[in-house]
Amino acid sequence: MPRALLRTPLHERHVALGAKLGGFAGWDMPLEYSTVRDEHRNVRTRCGVFDVSHMGQITVSGGGARAYLGEALTNDIDKLEPGQGQYTLVCRDDGGTIDDLIVYQLLDHYMIICNASNVAPVFTWVAARAPQGVTVSDESVGHAMLAVQGPAWEQALGPLVTGDEIVGLPYFGIAQTAVAGVPSWVARTGYTGEPGVEIMCPAHRATEVWDALMAGPDAPAPTGLAARDTLRMEMGYPLYGQELGLTRTPIEAGLKWACDLEGGFVGADAMRRQVQDGTPERLCIFTLDEPGIPRMGCPVDADGEVVGEVTSGTLSPTLGIGIGMAYVRADLAAPGTALQIDIRGKRKAATTAKRPLVDTSPKKDESNG
Amino acid sequence: MADESYPDDLRYHPEHDWVRVDGDEAVFGITWYAQDALGEVVYYDPPQIGAAIVKDDSYGELESVKAVSDIIAPASGEVIAVNDAMRDTPETVNNDPYGAGWLIRVRLTDPSELDGLMDVETYRSYLSGL
Repeated sequence: MPRALLRTPLHERHVALGAKLGGFAGWDMPLEYSTVRDEHRNVRTRCGVFDVSHMGQITVSGGGARAYLGEALTNDIDKLEPGQGQYTLVCRDDGGTIDDLIVYQLLDHYMIICNASNVAPVFTWVAARAPQGVTVSDESVGHAMLAVQGPAWEQALGPLVTGDEIVGLPYFGIAQTAVAGVPSWVARTGYTGEPGVEIMCPAHRATEVWDALMAGPDAPAPTGLAARDTLRMEMGYPLYGQELGLTRTPIEAGLKWACDLEGGFVGADAMRRQVQDGTPERLCIFTLDEPGIPRMGCPVDADGEVVGEVTSGTLSPTLGIGIGMAYVRADLAAPGTALQIDIRGKRKAATTAKRPLVDTSPKKDESNG
Repeated sequence: MADESYPDDLRYHPEHDWVRVDGDEAVFGITWYAQDALGEVVYYDPPQIGAAIVKDDSYGELESVKAVSDIIAPASGEVIAVNDAMRDTPETVNNDPYGAGWLIRVRLTDPSELDGLMDVETYRSYLSGL
């Protein structure tokens, strides 16, 4: 018998707004409130708010925490300073990806934000290998998370924050502050490609933050997970379960930049071999040259043979054309390569491209302070 | 998006397609219920003019941002026109599913097939049971 879906502390708000809800990683989540395209474009041009309370939150503390995370996670922990986050991955010995995540260094501990579908595997993996004196704790249930994303995020959030802790917060910076009077961590991170923040607060006070955001003169538009997916696809951000998984390493996924291959993390040997020898396949991003919408599972052809498979696809709300990501034979992954996508028996011309597909950056508001 | 409605003068197929009969020709489309379930339609892949379509089989595709859906033929026939406006503005099927959002016009090969379709009362009670 299927287990009942979990509800975030903002569930009643989503229902009241008439959101279309759907199951996602065991949670009943808002997929869309108006239409995916309107919500998507609003995030690119103005600002939207997402309930991402389903995401996992795991803390790691104790004297040996830093050294331990240096081994357990792929990225170089030595580059991480207090008040900063880092995109990183946790992999098996063979380099297979258990999850991609962000680790933040807070005052006296580390906080991992991981995918909702992977809380148990990540927690189990990290907790089981922790040395004596390092405490790993799953804090997911007690916390809510709101993402305020888009060029107007500061106008939306500003009136709710009286302190100056987040003024000038750099990309991937994190600070503790009160948001609408609720003690929160605010991080300059997100999954849309736009400037913005993710707010982590106690679950039982999440409605206070949400209601205050909605009451503001520059209130962000409620935005569902469907738009979050199309936004991340335009940026070429991988999604666990589609671009990432136990049978894919970060090297194949083009995430070498997040792996400290000089260091000694779990999976490093396998990845070093892959860098040296090459991998049979590489992840690419592509645009369709003719009408059509690629979908997960569509075969990719070149010169009459199957050379890969689409892992994500959609109609880009910004570009108005079909876009997608695919694992293809490594020599075909370079930008500018002609491919064909087999969309239910119809072959459509496609061209691989550079990430991102749209002209935006989550850092674009940093130059003007 | 249009308000929920089901015109009296149409015949309905259980896969949520409608037929407007016009002599030995007919116009096909999808019902309000179908477009609501799909969400905003962003792509219409119609059949070729001249194609033979078969009752209960797929004759084209409608796609939302998230998903693709086959369009089921409520009757058999030959395609004599497709709604070109739907290619450029596929969301028309959300705004006007029984009017500007029509999908194809066919010459029916067996008009008696229409007898097996539902009238509006039957379709409404069918919907209430879903």
